[in-house]
Amino acid sequence: MNPAQAALDRVTRVPGVRGALVASTGDGLVIAEQLMDGIDGRAAAALTGSLVARLGRATAGAGHRPPAFLHLRGEDGSILAATGSDDLVLVAVVGPDANMGLARLEMLDAAGRLG
Amino acid sequence: MRALEPWVEAPLQAFLTESAARLTLLMTTSGQVVAQHGFGRSLDVMTAAALGAGIVASTEELARLMGAAKFEALVHHGAGQSCMLAAFATPRGRWIGLVVFGQETSVGIVQLFFDQMVRQLTDAAPREQPVAPKLAEDFEHELDASLRALFGR
Repeated sequence: MNPAQAALDRVTRVPGVRGALVASTGDGLVIAEQLMDGIDGRAAAALTGSLVARLGRATAGAGHRPPAFLHLRGEDGSILAATGSDDLVLVAVVGPDANMGLARLEMLDAAGRLG
Repeated sequence: MRALEPWVEAPLQAFLTESAARLTLLMTTSGQVVAQHGFGRSLDVMTAAALGAGIVASTEELARLMGAAKFEALVHHGAGQSCMLAAFATPRGRWIGLVVFGQETSVGIVQLFFDQMVRQLTDAAPREQPVAPKLAEDFEHELDASLRALFGR
Protein backbone atom coordinates (compact mmCIF):
# COMPACT_ATOMS: atom_id res chain seq x y z
CA MET A 1 0.00 0.00 0.00
CA ASN A 2 1.43 3.40 -0.95
CA PRO A 3 1.70 6.23 1.61
CA ALA A 4 -1.29 8.11 0.17
CA GLN A 5 -3.60 5.09 0.40
CA ALA A 6 -2.34 4.33 3.93
CA ALA A 7 -3.12 7.92 4.97
CA LEU A 8 -6.62 7.71 3.50
CA ASP A 9 -7.29 4.40 5.27
CA ARG A 10 -6.38 5.93 8.62
CA VAL A 11 -8.44 9.06 8.20
CA THR A 12 -11.57 7.41 6.79
CA ARG A 13 -11.69 5.03 9.78
CA VAL A 14 -12.44 7.98 12.09
CA PRO A 15 -16.17 8.10 12.95
CA GLY A 16 -18.03 10.81 11.04
CA VAL A 17 -15.48 11.18 8.24
CA ARG A 18 -17.31 11.01 4.90
CA GLY A 19 -14.23 10.80 2.77
CA ALA A 20 -10.67 11.87 2.31
CA LEU A 21 -8.29 12.60 -0.50
CA VAL A 22 -4.70 13.49 -1.15
CA ALA A 23 -4.16 16.38 -3.54
CA SER A 24 -1.30 18.42 -4.89
CA THR A 25 -1.43 21.99 -3.60
CA GLY A 26 0.32 23.45 -6.63
CA ASP A 27 -1.94 22.06 -9.34
CA GLY A 28 -5.06 21.20 -7.30
CA LEU A 29 -5.36 17.70 -8.75
CA VAL A 30 -6.42 14.51 -6.94
CA ILE A 31 -3.64 12.00 -6.24
CA ALA A 32 -5.71 9.45 -4.29
CA GLU A 33 -9.22 9.49 -2.87
CA GLN A 34 -11.66 7.52 -0.75
CA LEU A 35 -14.94 9.41 -0.89
CA MET A 36 -18.60 8.60 -0.32
CA ASP A 37 -20.97 8.96 -3.26
CA GLY A 38 -22.07 12.52 -3.90
CA ILE A 39 -18.78 14.15 -2.92
CA ASP A 40 -17.01 15.72 -5.88
CA GLY A 41 -13.36 14.89 -5.21
CA ARG A 42 -12.10 16.93 -8.15
CA ALA A 43 -13.79 20.09 -6.87
CA ALA A 44 -12.67 19.43 -3.29
CA ALA A 45 -9.06 18.94 -4.42
CA ALA A 46 -9.02 22.03 -6.65
CA LEU A 47 -10.68 24.38 -4.16
CA THR A 48 -8.88 23.12 -1.05
CA GLY A 49 -5.54 23.12 -2.88
CA SER A 50 -6.17 26.71 -3.90
CA LEU A 51 -7.18 27.68 -0.35
CA VAL A 52 -4.08 26.08 1.16
CA ALA A 53 -1.82 27.74 -1.41
CA ARG A 54 -3.37 31.17 -0.82
CA LEU A 55 -3.21 30.83 2.96
CA GLY A 56 0.42 29.78 2.60
CA ARG A 57 1.16 32.94 0.63
CA ALA A 58 -0.78 35.06 3.14
CA THR A 59 1.09 33.67 6.15
CA ALA A 60 4.41 33.96 4.31
CA GLY A 61 3.58 37.60 3.60
CA ALA A 62 2.98 38.11 7.31
CA GLY A 63 6.33 36.52 8.09
CA HIS A 64 4.87 33.32 9.53
CA ARG A 65 5.31 29.66 8.62
CA PRO A 66 2.61 28.08 6.42
CA PRO A 67 -0.35 26.58 8.29
CA ALA A 68 -0.07 22.87 9.11
CA PHE A 69 -3.79 22.34 9.62
CA LEU A 70 -6.97 24.00 8.39
CA HIS A 71 -10.50 23.58 9.70
CA LEU A 72 -13.21 25.09 7.52
CA ARG A 73 -16.48 24.71 9.42
CA GLY A 74 -19.90 24.81 7.75
CA GLU A 75 -23.48 24.14 8.86
CA ASP A 76 -23.54 20.56 7.58
CA GLY A 77 -19.99 19.58 8.29
CA SER A 78 -16.40 20.60 7.87
CA ILE A 79 -13.45 20.43 5.54
CA LEU A 80 -10.16 19.56 7.21
CA ALA A 81 -6.81 19.89 5.51
CA ALA A 82 -3.37 18.90 6.75
CA THR A 83 -0.32 19.86 4.74
CA GLY A 84 2.44 17.35 4.10
CA SER A 85 5.79 17.47 2.38
CA ASP A 86 6.31 17.60 -1.39
CA ASP A 87 3.45 20.05 -1.96
CA LEU A 88 0.85 17.48 -0.82
CA VAL A 89 -2.26 18.12 1.24
CA LEU A 90 -4.49 15.58 2.97
CA VAL A 91 -8.14 16.65 2.87
CA ALA A 92 -11.07 15.18 4.81
CA VAL A 93 -14.78 15.86 4.43
CA VAL A 94 -16.45 15.31 7.79
CA GLY A 95 -20.01 15.46 9.06
CA PRO A 96 -21.17 17.61 11.99
CA ASP A 97 -21.11 14.59 14.31
CA ALA A 98 -17.50 13.63 13.58
CA ASN A 99 -14.92 13.08 16.29
CA MET A 100 -12.99 16.22 15.38
CA GLY A 101 -10.18 15.76 17.86
CA LEU A 102 -9.39 12.25 16.68
CA ALA A 103 -9.71 13.31 13.03
CA ARG A 104 -7.21 16.12 13.61
CA LEU A 105 -4.70 13.84 15.32
CA GLU A 106 -4.95 11.17 12.62
CA MET A 107 -4.68 13.72 9.82
CA LEU A 108 -1.63 15.46 11.22
CA ASP A 109 0.16 12.14 11.75
CA ALA A 110 -0.89 10.75 8.35
CA ALA A 111 0.06 13.96 6.52
CA GLY A 112 3.50 13.80 8.11
CA ARG A 113 4.04 10.42 6.49
CA LEU A 114 3.08 11.59 2.98
CA GLY A 115 5.67 12.30 0.34
CA MET B 1 -13.39 40.18 -22.72
CA ARG B 2 -15.15 40.25 -26.09
CA ALA B 3 -17.54 37.77 -27.69
CA LEU B 4 -19.15 37.61 -31.10
CA GLU B 5 -22.48 36.53 -29.59
CA PRO B 6 -23.92 37.97 -26.36
CA TRP B 7 -25.01 34.64 -24.83
CA VAL B 8 -21.35 33.59 -24.56
CA GLU B 9 -20.41 36.57 -22.37
CA ALA B 10 -21.90 35.58 -18.99
CA PRO B 11 -20.48 32.02 -18.88
CA LEU B 12 -17.09 33.25 -20.08
CA GLN B 13 -17.02 36.13 -17.59
CA ALA B 14 -17.87 33.73 -14.74
CA PHE B 15 -15.03 31.46 -15.84
CA LEU B 16 -12.57 34.34 -16.02
CA THR B 17 -13.57 35.59 -12.56
CA GLU B 18 -13.33 32.18 -10.89
CA SER B 19 -10.29 30.76 -12.67
CA ALA B 20 -8.05 33.88 -12.82
CA ALA B 21 -7.00 32.83 -16.33
CA ARG B 22 -4.69 35.30 -18.09
CA LEU B 23 -5.76 34.56 -21.68
CA THR B 24 -8.78 32.71 -22.98
CA LEU B 25 -9.86 31.94 -26.52
CA LEU B 26 -13.05 30.17 -27.55
CA MET B 27 -13.19 28.97 -31.15
CA THR B 28 -14.79 26.44 -33.42
CA THR B 29 -12.87 23.35 -34.50
CA SER B 30 -12.18 25.07 -37.80
CA GLY B 31 -10.41 27.90 -35.96
CA GLN B 32 -13.12 30.56 -36.19
CA VAL B 33 -12.87 32.69 -33.06
CA VAL B 34 -16.03 33.00 -30.94
CA ALA B 35 -14.70 34.98 -27.97
CA GLN B 36 -11.43 36.14 -26.50
CA HIS B 37 -10.02 37.61 -23.32
CA GLY B 38 -6.58 39.08 -22.77
CA PHE B 39 -5.24 39.20 -26.33
CA GLY B 40 -4.03 42.59 -27.48
CA ARG B 41 -3.50 42.01 -31.19
CA SER B 42 -5.75 40.39 -33.78
CA LEU B 43 -2.75 38.64 -35.32
CA ASP B 44 -2.09 36.85 -32.01
CA VAL B 45 -5.72 35.68 -31.88
CA MET B 46 -5.66 34.38 -35.43
CA THR B 47 -2.36 32.55 -34.85
CA ALA B 48 -3.46 31.04 -31.53
CA ALA B 49 -6.80 29.94 -33.00
CA ALA B 50 -5.16 28.29 -35.99
CA LEU B 51 -2.54 26.53 -33.85
CA GLY B 52 -5.09 25.47 -31.23
CA ALA B 53 -7.46 24.02 -33.80
CA GLY B 54 -4.55 22.20 -35.44
CA ILE B 55 -3.35 20.72 -32.15
CA VAL B 56 -6.85 19.48 -31.25
CA ALA B 57 -7.26 17.93 -34.70
CA SER B 58 -3.89 16.19 -34.28
CA THR B 59 -4.62 14.83 -30.81
CA GLU B 60 -8.06 13.61 -31.86
CA GLU B 61 -6.49 11.78 -34.79
CA LEU B 62 -3.88 10.30 -32.42
CA ALA B 63 -6.69 9.12 -30.13
CA ARG B 64 -8.45 7.55 -33.11
CA LEU B 65 -5.27 5.72 -34.14
CA MET B 66 -4.84 4.43 -30.59
CA GLY B 67 -8.44 3.25 -30.53
CA ALA B 68 -9.18 5.54 -27.60
CA ALA B 69 -11.98 7.97 -26.99
CA LYS B 70 -11.21 11.62 -27.70
CA PHE B 71 -8.84 13.31 -25.25
CA GLU B 72 -10.70 15.66 -22.95
CA ALA B 73 -7.94 18.19 -22.45
CA LEU B 74 -4.31 18.83 -23.18
CA VAL B 75 -2.34 20.72 -20.52
CA HIS B 76 1.14 22.12 -21.01
CA HIS B 77 2.79 22.96 -17.68
CA GLY B 78 5.31 25.76 -17.97
CA ALA B 79 7.58 27.35 -15.39
CA GLY B 80 5.88 30.74 -15.40
CA GLN B 81 2.59 30.01 -17.07
CA SER B 82 0.68 27.00 -18.34
CA CYS B 83 -1.73 26.34 -21.15
CA MET B 84 -4.85 24.17 -21.39
CA LEU B 85 -6.53 23.19 -24.63
CA ALA B 86 -9.87 21.39 -24.50
CA ALA B 87 -12.54 20.59 -27.06
CA PHE B 88 -16.18 20.30 -26.02
CA ALA B 89 -19.62 19.85 -27.53
CA THR B 90 -22.16 22.67 -27.65
CA PRO B 91 -25.56 22.95 -29.33
CA ARG B 92 -23.68 25.12 -31.90
CA GLY B 93 -21.24 22.32 -32.70
CA ARG B 94 -17.85 21.35 -31.33
CA TRP B 95 -15.84 24.20 -29.85
CA ILE B 96 -12.32 24.54 -28.47
CA GLY B 97 -11.15 26.46 -25.42
CA LEU B 98 -7.57 27.69 -25.14
CA VAL B 99 -6.66 28.95 -21.66
CA VAL B 100 -3.34 30.40 -20.52
CA PHE B 101 -2.92 30.70 -16.76
CA GLY B 102 -0.17 31.55 -14.30
CA GLN B 103 0.92 30.53 -10.83
CA GLU B 104 -1.81 32.62 -9.22
CA THR B 105 -4.22 29.75 -9.98
CA SER B 106 -3.93 26.01 -10.61
CA VAL B 107 -4.80 23.54 -13.33
CA GLY B 108 -7.38 21.97 -11.00
CA ILE B 109 -9.19 25.28 -10.57
CA VAL B 110 -9.01 26.05 -14.30
CA GLN B 111 -10.40 22.63 -15.25
CA LEU B 112 -13.13 22.80 -12.60
CA PHE B 113 -14.47 26.16 -13.75
CA PHE B 114 -13.89 25.39 -17.42
CA ASP B 115 -16.27 22.43 -17.06
CA GLN B 116 -18.77 24.76 -15.33
CA MET B 117 -18.48 27.22 -18.23
CA VAL B 118 -19.12 24.42 -20.74
CA ARG B 119 -22.33 23.46 -18.89
CA GLN B 120 -23.44 27.11 -18.79
CA LEU B 121 -22.69 27.59 -22.49
CA THR B 122 -24.68 24.47 -23.32
CA ASP B 123 -27.64 25.81 -21.33
CA ALA B 124 -27.38 29.34 -22.73
CA ALA B 125 -26.87 28.49 -26.42
CA PRO B 126 -29.81 29.39 -28.67
CA ARG B 127 -31.11 26.21 -30.23
CA GLU B 128 -31.75 27.65 -33.69
CA GLN B 129 -28.61 27.82 -35.85
CA PRO B 130 -28.13 31.22 -37.54
CA VAL B 131 -27.94 31.07 -41.31
CA ALA B 132 -24.40 32.03 -42.27
CA PRO B 133 -23.11 32.41 -45.82
CA LYS B 134 -20.40 29.91 -46.64
CA LEU B 135 -19.22 31.42 -49.92
CA ALA B 136 -15.48 31.90 -50.31
CA GLU B 137 -15.88 35.55 -51.34
CA ASP B 138 -17.60 36.25 -48.00
CA PHE B 139 -14.84 34.69 -45.92
CA GLU B 140 -12.46 37.64 -45.77
CA HIS B 141 -15.29 40.07 -45.05
CA GLU B 142 -16.56 37.81 -42.24
CA LEU B 143 -13.09 37.44 -40.80
CA ASP B 144 -12.56 41.20 -40.76
CA ALA B 145 -15.96 41.76 -39.17
CA SER B 146 -15.25 39.14 -36.49
CA LEU B 147 -11.87 40.63 -35.62
CA ARG B 148 -13.37 44.14 -35.46
CA ALA B 149 -16.00 42.84 -33.05
CA LEU B 150 -13.44 40.99 -30.93
CA PHE B 151 -11.13 43.98 -30.63
CA GLY B 152 -13.70 46.76 -30.67
CA ARG B 153 -12.31 48.62 -33.66
